[in-house]
Amino acid sequence: MNFETTIGLEVHVELKTNTKIYSPSAVEYGDEPNSNTNVIDWAYPGTLPILNKGVVRDGIMATLALHGQVRKHMHFDRKNYFYPDNPKSYQITQKDTPIGHDGWIEIEVDGKKKKVGIEELHIEEDAGKNTHSPNGFSYVDLNRQGTPLIEIVSKPEMSSPEEAVAYLEALRQRIQFTGISDVKMEEGSMRCDVNISVRPYGFDQLGIRSEIKNLNSFNFVKRTLEYEIKRHQQVLMSGGQIAQETRRFVEATGETASMRSKEGADDYRYFPEPDIPPMDVSQDWIDEINGQMPEMPGERRKHYVDDLGLTDYDAKVLTQTKEMSDFFEETVKDGADAKRVANYLMNDVNSYLNDNHVDLPDTKLTPANLAGMLKLIEDGTISTKMAKKVFVGILDGQEPAAYAKEKGLIQLSDPAQIQPIVDDVLDNNQQSIEDFKNGKKRAVGFLMGQVMKATHGKANPGVANKLLMKSLNAR
Amino acid sequence: MNFFDKDLQQVHEDLVNKKVSAKEITQAVIDNIKNHEEQLHAFLRVNEAEALAAAEKVDEEGIKDDQLLAGIPLAVKDNILTDGITTTAASKMLEHFKPVYDATVISKLKEQRFINVGKTNLDEFAMGSSTENSAFGPTHNPWNTDYVPGGSSGGSGAAVGAGEVLGALGTDTGGSVRMPGSLNGVVGSKPTYGRVSRYGIVAFGSSFDQVGWLTQNVKDNAYLTSVISGHDEHDMTSSDREVPDFAAGLNDSTSVKGLRIGLPKEYMTDAISPAVRKGIEDAAKLYESLGATVDEVSLPHTEDGIPVYYILATAEASSNLGRYDGIRYGFRAADAKNIDDVYVKSRSEGFGPEVKRRIMLGTFALSAGSYDAYFMQAAKVRRMMANDFVDVFQNYDLIMAPMGTDVAFKLGSETQDPTQMYMNDILSVPANMAGLPSMSVPAGFSKGLPFGMQLIGKPFDEQTMFNAGYVFEQNTDYHKQHPQLGGQN
Repeated sequence: MNFETTIGLEVHVELKTNTKIYSPSAVEYGDEPNSNTNVIDWAYPGTLPILNKGVVRDGIMATLALHGQVRKHMHFDRKNYFYPDNPKSYQITQKDTPIGHDGWIEIEVDGKKKKVGIEELHIEEDAGKNTHSPNGFSYVDLNRQGTPLIEIVSKPEMSSPEEAVAYLEALRQRIQFTGISDVKMEEGSMRCDVNISVRPYGFDQLGIRSEIKNLNSFNFVKRTLEYEIKRHQQVLMSGGQIAQETRRFVEATGETASMRSKEGADDYRYFPEPDIPPMDVSQDWIDEINGQMPEMPGERRKHYVDDLGLTDYDAKVLTQTKEMSDFFEETVKDGADAKRVANYLMNDVNSYLNDNHVDLPDTKLTPANLAGMLKLIEDGTISTKMAKKVFVGILDGQEPAAYAKEKGLIQLSDPAQIQPIVDDVLDNNQQSIEDFKNGKKRAVGFLMGQVMKATHGKANPGVANKLLMKSLNAR
Repeated sequence: MNFFDKDLQQVHEDLVNKKVSAKEITQAVIDNIKNHEEQLHAFLRVNEAEALAAAEKVDEEGIKDDQLLAGIPLAVKDNILTDGITTTAASKMLEHFKPVYDATVISKLKEQRFINVGKTNLDEFAMGSSTENSAFGPTHNPWNTDYVPGGSSGGSGAAVGAGEVLGALGTDTGGSVRMPGSLNGVVGSKPTYGRVSRYGIVAFGSSFDQVGWLTQNVKDNAYLTSVISGHDEHDMTSSDREVPDFAAGLNDSTSVKGLRIGLPKEYMTDAISPAVRKGIEDAAKLYESLGATVDEVSLPHTEDGIPVYYILATAEASSNLGRYDGIRYGFRAADAKNIDDVYVKSRSEGFGPEVKRRIMLGTFALSAGSYDAYFMQAAKVRRMMANDFVDVFQNYDLIMAPMGTDVAFKLGSETQDPTQMYMNDILSVPANMAGLPSMSVPAGFSKGLPFGMQLIGKPFDEQTMFNAGYVFEQNTDYHKQHPQLGGQN
């Protein structure tokens, strides 16, 4: 029997606003538990949510970045449930009137392009964090409570794990380019729930679906889906029925396990949030936000190939992250040759970042200094070999010309200075001149080596070679 | 001493002219409260030390002519958060809860250097119509201590009714300021929804709750309402409309000339006691004699008010009260073994029966199987009720009506029948439903107990309502009669 798979994804993206969605507490990680909280975050009696307008703005930005429609009139809803990390006993979210709807993104798998629809985007708050200590106590940290989230719900339009991962990559990239979130799965600023169902080919009706919650890497998403497809198919082949349920991925086994069945599902008793008045979004505001929309990766790639002469591959690598792409553009703007910048970023810079497990913004490297160094190479002030040493300096925030000078990494390019050295070398190596005249080209190499030795490797090879040949021929 | 027949201006002048010091007056109020407490139980806490210290400070700093509230002792309903002073909402759940911030209304009063003389009793979490639902025992009506003072701001109503203070803060979700106003023979008002910040009010029904005043007279009520009104950045539902000086806007009797008053027929049914009916008819005649017109009007959805209110307000309450879970503050059951125990035991032991009843009602109304039939339907009828008012206000400036169906009832007489108890609010909830300003003004007596007339204004037109109330007061003497309490006055 042949099967087809239907996949839908729900992605939570944490916004990097300065303050929380409904309180003025800072959004900040790694601080002392409960230090970034106030009476609102504790759900203290009498407190009321104050909507952070920046979150609405980011929600509109995300909607536009995903080609969605922005809702002009919306309200918030309460989702009621008890849990210690949920101090109000309700989450303020958007159920009836999500801020964005009917968007899409384009993905590409095996050279085939496909549009995946986006059902809706809504804004809501994150919960706190419970930890359980071996001493029998449980602890609640509300620092994360109230961190703004955007939940992006795809249409069930993906049919393979590869498509799902391509969707996530495209989504991550577009959101990252808007600058509203770090979208780092490993740090939890992007989280994913998957919905999957499998049906025999040709069946009209979708199969019963499983939901697998809280996947925090692309790899887990892929493995989860691969496992689930197999599981669904096996159950269906053996004549069984898939239970509609929520499952979780077990990393150790690569399998999924049941969390709870839908029959016993919580009743969240949603109702419109009375503490936040319904809100109107003006077309002017939408236009204003649209005007602030950074160029998306696709547009940038086209520009790099068409105008800057890069290859498709290079353009793709450079637009992986907005930081890299911005850095590339800045460096080119500072006067460096685009291809040279691309090569340097993709090779030396990327290997440095990978080797040291850091991101571009974590280093002291600046576009101006990289451009400065590349120009030193271009005009012959330093050699590409010397550049490796200068690179160490600019990684540390040093100005390249001054650094090269201080470290004695300046190339000797002045013919007036090199000529006497060439003359000296020739004077002392009569035999090599003879060999050259007798057609032994190898002699040139030897003589060049002598020039380099005499200049401690600083002679500009091009200039030195030119002078040497000229002098040799003159003798 | 007592505050019967006194007003803010007079007491203020006595303070400015040093006829009395703020400390002396505060001490006198505290003594008076203590004399009555055994009979009334209007207070859950008398802030003796704090109030005297604050009064002493006011005396040291001095009072200028225009500082009307400086050194004036006022009482605060105990569901309004007061920094460092226990705020219980009359619940075991918050018995020892000491807030770390002031409600916005308290901050505004503190800026005026008022003296917070004590926290008044209420129905637990403001859920009730008689103050019998307080976890710390009921309050008694100063006119006859066998009777209830109304609710839920019964402590504030009784304290003002007994002349202990010039004014007391209350909260009004379905009549909780105005009903005690009516039943204790004092003035009680609730402004337009959004006029006063709800920040720091223990939430009950968020889309209904408003803070209001119980006072000895209309002018003080108008003045105090202006003080606590205005936009607050801590409450998104608070309005940024300009706040008039309501007291300065009060006029003499000519101000009702030409006023078009509607008297809804649905508020004058057979359920209204003859005495109350006559009181309202007399009031209508009085207004007409002063140049106003009074016509019968119709608010056709009035009879749906109680079921609709008890669905919507309890739905919001069931969500608002979820935070009392025994985790971060408030009561936690001693023998909880796991997380479900913490929730179930803390909430079972911490909440009283009426609060539990309403949480269950509200939870039911919101649950998957009944949301459409109950919550959605009720929300629709709420809009229809609000539209009824819009229609009437096309042709009328003000609505007058009885505040309640009768005078106060005896303690314990309705506690066995929740629906009968809920029906007490049938004439008060519509104003909350539509978010309209409404007040109760003393309008008569029956069986030695007072009752009030209700006035309902257009949205944010408290001024017309206060004017009409003031004119009525100036032309009647119901407010000049006072209860005779035992103890030293």
